[in-house]
Amino acid sequence: MTLNGMIDGAPSTAPAQTTPTVALFVTCLVDLFRPSVGFAAIKLLEDAGCKVVVPASQTCCGQPAYNSGDREDTKAIARHVIETFEAYDYVVAPSGSCGSTLKKHYPELFANDPAWHERAVRFSQKVHELVSFLTDVRGVTEVDAALPATVTYHDSCSGLRELGIREQPRQLLRTVEGLTLTELPEADVCCGFGGTFCVKYPDVSNAIVGKKTKHIASTGADMLLAGDLGCLMNIDGKLKRENNGIEVRHVAEVLAGMTDKPPIGGKL
Amino acid sequence: MSGSTRDAVMGRLRRAVGANPANDAERRAAVAARLSDAPKGVIPARGQLPPAERLDLFIQMATKADATVTRLGDVSDIPEEVAAYLRERNLAPAIRMGRDPRLAGLDFTRTTLTVTTGPSEGDDLSSLSHAVGAIAETGTLVLTSGPDNPTSLNFLPEYHIVVLDAADVVGDMEAVLARLRQTHGKGTMPRSVNFVTGPSRSADIEQTLLLGAHGPRSLHILVVGEPG
Amino acid sequence: MQITSQTFKANTVKALADVDLQRALRHVEKGFIGKRQKAADALPEFDALRDNAVEIKNHTLKHLDLYIEAYVAKVEASGGKVHFAEDADHARRIFLDIAKRRKAKTVTKGKTMISEEIGLNAFLEENGIVPVETDLGEYIIQLRGEHPSHIIAPAVHINRDQVEADFRKFHVHLDPERDLVRPETLLSEARQILRQKYGEADIGVTGANFLIAETGTSVIVTNEGNGDLTQLLGKCHVVLASLEKIVPTLEDTAQILRVLARSATGQEMSVYTTLSTGPKRTEDEDGPEEYHVILLDNGRSGMLGTEFEDMLRCIRCGACMNHCPVYHAVGGHSYGWVYPGPMGAVLTPSLIGVDKAGHLPNASTFCGRCEAVCPMRIPLPKMMRHWREKEFESHLQPKAARAGLGVWAYLARRPKLYRAAVSYAMPALKLLAGRKGRFRSLPLAGGWTKWRDLPAPEGRTFMQAYAQSGHGDPK
Repeated sequence: MTLNGMIDGAPSTAPAQTTPTVALFVTCLVDLFRPSVGFAAIKLLEDAGCKVVVPASQTCCGQPAYNSGDREDTKAIARHVIETFEAYDYVVAPSGSCGSTLKKHYPELFANDPAWHERAVRFSQKVHELVSFLTDVRGVTEVDAALPATVTYHDSCSGLRELGIREQPRQLLRTVEGLTLTELPEADVCCGFGGTFCVKYPDVSNAIVGKKTKHIASTGADMLLAGDLGCLMNIDGKLKRENNGIEVRHVAEVLAGMTDKPPIGGKL
Repeated sequence: MSGSTRDAVMGRLRRAVGANPANDAERRAAVAARLSDAPKGVIPARGQLPPAERLDLFIQMATKADATVTRLGDVSDIPEEVAAYLRERNLAPAIRMGRDPRLAGLDFTRTTLTVTTGPSEGDDLSSLSHAVGAIAETGTLVLTSGPDNPTSLNFLPEYHIVVLDAADVVGDMEAVLARLRQTHGKGTMPRSVNFVTGPSRSADIEQTLLLGAHGPRSLHILVVGEPG
Repeated sequence: MQITSQTFKANTVKALADVDLQRALRHVEKGFIGKRQKAADALPEFDALRDNAVEIKNHTLKHLDLYIEAYVAKVEASGGKVHFAEDADHARRIFLDIAKRRKAKTVTKGKTMISEEIGLNAFLEENGIVPVETDLGEYIIQLRGEHPSHIIAPAVHINRDQVEADFRKFHVHLDPERDLVRPETLLSEARQILRQKYGEADIGVTGANFLIAETGTSVIVTNEGNGDLTQLLGKCHVVLASLEKIVPTLEDTAQILRVLARSATGQEMSVYTTLSTGPKRTEDEDGPEEYHVILLDNGRSGMLGTEFEDMLRCIRCGACMNHCPVYHAVGGHSYGWVYPGPMGAVLTPSLIGVDKAGHLPNASTFCGRCEAVCPMRIPLPKMMRHWREKEFESHLQPKAARAGLGVWAYLARRPKLYRAAVSYAMPALKLLAGRKGRFRSLPLAGGWTKWRDLPAPEGRTFMQAYAQSGHGDPK
C-alpha cells in the first residue's frame, strides 16, 4: 500500500500520500442482485487507504443498449455516467465488463464528437476494475481475510482481454489465509453469458456454460470465483441446475473476508 | 462486358478511397515508391546468422518439418547417394530429373539407376531437382519452374530428392526474393516459384497429421559443399 | 448455395443435438488453439509482424484502385488475363465462357472459398461440366453433397468413421474387403483416385491467398500439394480471387505469410507456398496453356471506406473460428452460408445483407478471443456491434427484444424513476424466490431458466442497503 496513484495511467491529480477519493460504480447487477459485493468493494477500497463515495444517481453503464446496437441511448447514459463521476480522483467498478465499457468503450462511443470524446478520454483514465485498482494503482500485495477452502477462478472475458486482468486476483487470493487456489482448465474461455446473448441464444449459451461447469467440477474446488456478476450468475445457475453444490461468489467477497452471506443462488 | 465492369469497379474503389484529381499525384507517388522500394518490414532475428550456423538452422528446421537431410562434399557424390537412398527404402532404382546444367554432368553409370529426363508423366516414383536456394528461418526450399527443373517433379513423384548448394542457404524469405529479382529482373518472375517446407501432408481427417497427401510423401535434401 | 442464416437459431438447436458433429467439434478445440499458441510463442517478432501486416493491408486498401491497376498490367504483361466480376452470377458467367471456349468437360479444383461464395460447383454441374474437388477435406464433403464448415478445414465437422463409410459407399469399384480403418489408408485411397483426375482436367481452378501487384503473381498456400497439381496439370489455370487479396510487393507477401500459417495451423510455414505468374512460357515443359484471374467484387467495394473496411484485411486463416466458443458449440454449418465464425458474422451481412444474416453478428458473447488472436487485428466484436447498430437503425430486431430494451434504456436514463422501480422490484423478487435463493422458472425469463436456475436477488438493492448502513446517504 505504498504506491499511490502513479501507475497505470492514473491521473496525477491524485497526489501520493494523500487519501484519494474513489467513486464506486456499483454496476446494475451488483446493485440489484448482490449488494454484498458492493460492501466488500467498499471495505477493500477503504483498507487500501481510499475514501469511498457512492454517487446516488448511478444506474447502469449502458452496455445492454450498446451491445444491442442502440448507440443513441448508450450515449445518453454514458454522458450521465461521465457527468456523475468525472469529478472524483478514481472511478472503480467491481466488474471487468462494466469497467471496460467505461474505460475502453466510452471514448470510442464519442469518436465523432470531439468535445465529449475528450471528456470521455479524460474520464476513462480514472476508471479501474476493482481488483486491478487495488494491486496496480494502490500497490496492495496482500489482504486481511481468511477462508479455509479450495477455490478456483474463472477469468471473465472483458476483464481478461480488454483490461489485462489475470494475475492480480490470483496474487491477492494466495494471501487469503487457509485458501488453496487451484487452476481452472480453460479459465480464459467464455462462460457463455454474453449479456443479452444468453437469453437470445439460450441453447448455444447453455452448451458453452455446460463446458465451463464440467471444467469447474473437474477441479474438485469448493468454490468458484470470478470478478463479474453476470458470469457468476450464469455459472451458478447452471451448476445449480446440475445439482452441483460448489459455491459461487464474487472474488471481492472473499478478498474482503465477507463470506458470511449465503453464496450466489443460495446453498444447494 | 468485363471492360465496363472494370470501369465500374474501379470507379467505386476510387470513390471509396477518396481519390480525386487533387490527391492523384500524391497517391500515385506513394504506390510507385512502395512498388519500387519494396520495403522489407520485420525480419525475424532467428535466421540472421553466420553461414555455418545458418546452414545448421536450415537443417534443423527442415528436419522439424519432416524432411530428411544429408550433407555431401561434392556434386559428384550425388549419384551414389541417390542410389543408396532408393535402395534403403526398397524403391525401384529409377529417377526422373530435369535438364539442370548443374546436374547434367553427373555420372550415373557408376550406379544401377535408370535416369529419365523431362517433366513427370505421373508414373515416376522418384525425382531429382536442384533448388535455387533455401531459407534457414523456416527450413524451406525454393524451386523455380523451367526446363531445368520442371515443376511437376516437385509434386507428382512420391519421393522427391532435392539438391541444394550449401552456399545458397539464406536467412530469410526476403533474401530469396532479392536473389530472384537479381536473376529475373525487377517485377518479373519465373512462371512458378515453389517454396517447399517438408513433404506433403493433410490433417483433414480428425486433425490427424498424415504425410504424403497429394504431393511427395518424402522430401530428401542433399546439401552439397560448404556454406558461405 | 442455399442461404440458411435466417434460421440460425433452429440450425443451432439441430447442431447441438447432432452427436457426430459434437464429437467432431471437440477436435477443433483440442487441436488448433494449442498449436497456434506454440507457434506464436516460438517467434519473438510475431506481434511486430502482426502490426506490420496490418500496416501493409491498411496502406493497400487506401490505394486499392492503384494497386489493382498495377496488378492487372503485370498479369497482362506475363500473358495472363484478368476478368472483373461484379457479383457471383457474373463470375460464374465469365467462368462458363472460358470453359466453353476450351470445350471443358472436367474441372479440377484446389481449395477456394470464392468458389463456394459464387456457387461454382452446382453451376458447373447444371452446365454439364464435372467439378472435382482435390483437397482431401473438400473431396470428402463433395462426396457427401455438403459444403465446407470451416474456411481452412472444410471437413472438420466429420469423423473418421463417417469418412470410411462414405468411401465404401462411393468407391464401389474397389475391393469391399479393403482396410479403411486407419486414416492413412483413407488418404492413400483418395490420393489414388484423384491422381488420374489432374491430368484429365481441362481447367484447374484455385483460389489465391495473395495477388501481388509488383509482379502480377497469384499465391496459394497449402499443405497437400493438390492446389499445385491442379494449377500445374490443368490445361488452363483459372484463379478465383476477391479484390482485397491484393498486396503491393513480394516483401509484403513474405511479411503476411509469417503470420498466416502460424495463426491457421500453427505451422512455421505451410508445406507449399506457390507463386504463379502467367501461363506456361515457351521454354517450359509443363504448366497451363492459359492463365486467367477472375477478380470478384461482390460487395467488397461497398465495404471500403466504411466502418467495415477493417474486415477487408482478413487473410482467411480461420483463427477466429478456431477460438470461438460459439463456433465450438454449433460448428460452421449453423451460420447458414459460406463464411462461419466471427469473420463470417461480420462478412456475411456485408455480402448477402443484414436482413438475411442478422442473427450472425448477434450470436456472439463478445468474449473477444477472436480479436485477440486475429493476425490482422481485425476488431471483430466492434464490427459485429456495428451490424447490430445497423439493425437497430432499420428496426430489424425482434419487437419484444426492442420493447424490453426500450423500457430499460428509458429507466436507465432517469435515475429517480429507475431507483423507485428497482427498490420496489428487487425485494419483491426476493420474496417470490422464497428461501431457496433462486428460481427454476420465472415468467419472462424463459430464455434464462430454460437451462439454468436464476439466482434470486439478496433483497434490498445495494443503494437501499447502503443508505441504511451508516455509511451515510449515497452522494
